[in-house]
Amino acid sequence: MIEDPCDFVLHEAALIDASQWDDWLALFDATAHYWVPLLGADQTDPHSHNSIAYEDYLLLQLRIQRLQNPRAHSLHPRVCCQHVLQRPRVVSPTASAHETLVQTPFIYIERQGEEQILLTGTYVHRLLQTATGWMILQKRVNLLDAGQPLPAIQLFI
Amino acid sequence: MSQMNYRDQPDAIQALVQEDRVHRDLYLSEELFALEQERFFANTWQFAGHASQLPNVGDYVSLDIAGRPLVLVRDSDASIRAYYNRCAHKGARLVNEESGNTGKFFRCPYHAWTYKLNGQQLAIPFKEGYDGTRLGTCASGQGLTAVADVVNYRDFVFVRLAPEGLSFQDYFGEVLQSLDNLADRSPEGRLVVAGGVLRNIIHCNWKMYLENINDAVHPMSTHESATKAAQAVWQGHGDDEIKPMAMEQILPFGSGYAFFDNMGGRVFDNGHSLLGVNFSIHSNYAQLPDYEAAMQAAHGVERTQDILQRSPQNAVLFPSLAVKGSPQVMRVIRPLSANRTLIEAWSFRVTGAPDLLLERAMHYNRLVFSPMSVVAHDDVRIFESIQNGLRANGNEWISLHRGFHSDELSQRTQTTNGTNEWLMRNQFRAWAKFMVPHPASAT
Repeated sequence: MIEDPCDFVLHEAALIDASQWDDWLALFDATAHYWVPLLGADQTDPHSHNSIAYEDYLLLQLRIQRLQNPRAHSLHPRVCCQHVLQRPRVVSPTASAHETLVQTPFIYIERQGEEQILLTGTYVHRLLQTATGWMILQKRVNLLDAGQPLPAIQLFI
Repeated sequence: MSQMNYRDQPDAIQALVQEDRVHRDLYLSEELFALEQERFFANTWQFAGHASQLPNVGDYVSLDIAGRPLVLVRDSDASIRAYYNRCAHKGARLVNEESGNTGKFFRCPYHAWTYKLNGQQLAIPFKEGYDGTRLGTCASGQGLTAVADVVNYRDFVFVRLAPEGLSFQDYFGEVLQSLDNLADRSPEGRLVVAGGVLRNIIHCNWKMYLENINDAVHPMSTHESATKAAQAVWQGHGDDEIKPMAMEQILPFGSGYAFFDNMGGRVFDNGHSLLGVNFSIHSNYAQLPDYEAAMQAAHGVERTQDILQRSPQNAVLFPSLAVKGSPQVMRVIRPLSANRTLIEAWSFRVTGAPDLLLERAMHYNRLVFSPMSVVAHDDVRIFESIQNGLRANGNEWISLHRGFHSDELSQRTQTTNGTNEWLMRNQFRAWAKFMVPHPASAT
């Protein structure tokens, strides 16, 4: 069990890089969201403005199902990614005593064949402390280039 | 790719579009792209913006069309004007933000030349230095350069860059009903751009993207992985169970060949089309009784039924716009080079309608037209692989044979089956028509 919420955030990114999708999804609470706001850090909520992604548990399941389908032909040749994280920082406890906010600047590289895309920004993880360890309530990805034209991003930033 | 000199060989350009196939140079040739920028995109009418982006006097949006920087601005007489975004003096851009309010005039940051919103020169500092020069008779002394023609149709603003050519009505004709249908979905007849624009860069030729909008055969194979995944996570739920919006929107992509064929398609002059004349994957979204009541109060029962039953897969206002009626979304196609295209997905708030409609529109764009969309990924990958695969030797042609019959060459507005590639052939015939230096001014 990972005690330190900052270690948990590092672990979460490493699972994506290792394509351990089921283990990764298991970090999310059933009510959780994976959110990439279209206005980046400036966006106040996911409803009054659109998002590049705003996925509940069902949509995350769908995405992972698809990643495992051999006919997901956009994934051929193989797509892989590398997260490079700056040291995560606990920014403040939130409303509940069991919740913690962790902020982490990152660089994300996704590669397919000879092509590489590079994204950067800051994660804000809202984490819930449970008897069995930390769970993700929301993973928010504030992209520096959120409003710019973007190429296809196929894995999880 | 052949090394041609197309500029001086108009017949060679026309020969690239045969009755049932097109040559790969349409997608690959940078020379043809340069000629498209100069001729095709200037001769045809391009979507520029929506009036709801400019509610107040002095509001502007800046954009690029066919490599030209433009600015749209709301003038004090409430009209929307379109100028080239350059100072008449040295060429500095007048505005550098995507949108904003310029106040009562534009002011160039370089030498502080100012222009009224109607484009006229307002003032030049230290003007006596021009006494006795010919500035007053040169273009530099004439104020801002206006775009040749601007039309605001139900708040959709279009421009034609070429000084002469088809009028707006002659160019679009009946396909404008698709914009009417979108606007009429508001009991107040008014749409507002809302929720931001999702922007995608795709490494393919713009024609490939437009063709695919009318390709009703590909969803079953191209989108198999997305629809299978949706079916897998939704299995165990009954058919009559209320679906989450994601399932309501994604599951119909796997509807089968007969469904897509029976939805029907229609071609219009000048490359425009309507796919889903009879129904579409958008036909079975949950009904909203309060909204229908508001529509009936505004439009009457019969007219309301007529408006709401039309939910085409896509109407293409060739070559820059693809709109849906329900959800209230549209895509704007902005070619950047022979192998690079910007695709924007816009959502509308339908004034006088429940918030759920905007939620549907934003949700659909996010699910299907976002850079992170699992539906779009497979399309994008195919386009980029075609752009690469077409460099192969032995066959320089792209097939458009499905459903071809020579009778269609003499027909104009026609309704056909949904999977007929007539809708694509029609686009390429229009391409050839407008790839001339100066097209005829009548149809």
